[in-house]
Amino acid sequence: MVIKHKNIFKTEAPWSDANQKMLALDTGSWRTERPVLDKALCNYCGLCAIYCPPQCMKDMGDHYEANLAFCKGCGICAHECPKKAYTMKPEGDFTNAG
Amino acid sequence: MQAKKGKISVMMGNVVAANVAKLCRPEVVACYPITPQSEVAETLSGFVADGSLDAEIVEVEGENSAMNVCLAASVAGARTFTATSSYGLVYMYDAILQASGYRAPVVMVNVNRETPGIQAVSSGQQDMISTRDAGWVQIIVENNQEIADQLIMCYKLAEDFDIQLPVMLNYDGYYLSYLNEEVEMPEQADVDAFLAPLKNQPQRPRIIPGASTGCGTHGMEMGYVEARYKHWAAMDRAKKKVDDIDKEFGEYFGRSYGGQIEEYRTKDADIVILTSGSAAGTAKTVVDTKREEGIKVGLVKQRLFRPFPEERLIQALKGKKAVGVIDRSLAFGWKYGPMCAELKVIAPAIGSMPILSYIDGLANLDITTPHISRVVDEVNAAAKGKAYQDVTWIPMEEV
Repeated sequence: MVIKHKNIFKTEAPWSDANQKMLALDTGSWRTERPVLDKALCNYCGLCAIYCPPQCMKDMGDHYEANLAFCKGCGICAHECPKKAYTMKPEGDFTNAG
Repeated sequence: MQAKKGKISVMMGNVVAANVAKLCRPEVVACYPITPQSEVAETLSGFVADGSLDAEIVEVEGENSAMNVCLAASVAGARTFTATSSYGLVYMYDAILQASGYRAPVVMVNVNRETPGIQAVSSGQQDMISTRDAGWVQIIVENNQEIADQLIMCYKLAEDFDIQLPVMLNYDGYYLSYLNEEVEMPEQADVDAFLAPLKNQPQRPRIIPGASTGCGTHGMEMGYVEARYKHWAAMDRAKKKVDDIDKEFGEYFGRSYGGQIEEYRTKDADIVILTSGSAAGTAKTVVDTKREEGIKVGLVKQRLFRPFPEERLIQALKGKKAVGVIDRSLAFGWKYGPMCAELKVIAPAIGSMPILSYIDGLANLDITTPHISRVVDEVNAAAKGKAYQDVTWIPMEEV
C-alpha cells in the first residue's frame, strides 16, 4: 500500500491542540448563511468568540471576524451578541470571493 | 538476568488476577463486582484498604462508569486496571470502543461468561466474542499460572509506545475463576524490573491541567480515516509484539506460552485440534492418549483472539490433513463457531483440507475428554477421506 495521506495528528492516538488543530476540518463548506458584522454596533466584548463552537473568531484588535474557512454558519455569535451587531445573511447573496 | 523463584501457593483464579494486578502497580482501579469476577474486585479493594496497594479505587455504580474512569485516568497518564464479565462487559460497550479509539492502554480482565439473553450465569466465551471488533487486543489463557504471567505481559504490551492499545485478558469463568490451583507468584522486584523499560519510552500524550490538548477530536473525514488506519496498523504490529514479550518473559521468569498461539505436538502431526482457554488443558491430555493409540494429532491453543494470529496459524497448520475447531461460543449468522469461521478465511494459505467445526462447552457444560476424543477420531477419519459433518453441536448429539 502506498500512503499518500499527510498525517493530521502528530501522535498515534487522535490527540490535538484544541486551540489550533480544531480548525483542521473544512467546516466552512457546511455553511448556508454567514455572520455579517456591523462594526459600528460592536463593542469588542468578545462574547461571540467565547461562544463560537468551532472557535474560529479572529481577534481583529477592535472587533471580531469569523474565519469563513471554518465558520459553519450556526448563528450562535449573532444570537449571543448583546449589541445585535451580527446579521446572518444567506450564502447565496455572496460570491465565492465574498 | 533472571527472576527469583517466586512463592508457590494454591490460589483461586480470581485471587491470582487480583494479586498480579497489584504487582503491576496500577494507579487507578475501578471495578464493579459481577459473578464470576467478584473476587478480583473484592481482593483489590482489600489491598487498597490494608495499604498494600497504593492506588486510587473509584467505587463506581456500574461497569460503564468503571471503563470511563479507567479511560479518563489512562488519558491522564495513569496505569489503570479493571475487571468484568458478561453483562458488565456489554454494559461498558460504548466506553470499550472509546478506550480503543483513544488508544488508551487500559488493561482489563474479562472472566468469560455467557452473555445476556437467557440469563446465563455460567461459563462460555460469548462475552469475549461479542466485543471482538472493538479494537482491543484480546488474549485468552488456559490456567491460573498463565493468568498470572499473561497479566504482567498485558501491561508490557498495552503500554508499549509502538502499540498503545487496550488489552483484554480473558479466562474461563467458573473453570478458572473459582479453580484453586498451584501458582508461582512472581516477586514484586522482578515484576518491577520486567515492566521498568516502559518508563524509558517516549512519553505518550496525556491530559495536562490548564493545557489545551485533547483527545478524540476530529472524528470526521480524513481525521477519522487516519486515526482508524493507525489503530489498524497498531493491531497488526501487536501480533509480533505478543511473541516478543512472551519470549522476553520466558527468558526472565522461565515460563513462556508460545505468544500468539501455543503449539502442542503439532510438528509431526497429521491432524490438529484448535481450541482455546481451559479446554486446551483437557485437549493436551487427549492428544497424549491418542498419540499412544497411533494417531498423529497435535493441538493449537489460540491465545491471541484479536488481532487474529494469521501468520502463526498458517505456519502451524500448513500442510496438515485436517483440522477440528472446538468453539465455546457462537457466531450467529455463521454456521461455524467463531474461531472456525476465522480459520476458514486462511484456508487457501494452509492448503485445502477438511475443517470441522464443533460447538461445545456452552453454559458450563464441560468440554470433556470423551468429547475431544470423539473430535480427534472424526477429524482423523475426515483426513482419510471419509465424509464428515461441517458443524457438530456436541451436547445436542448426546442423550
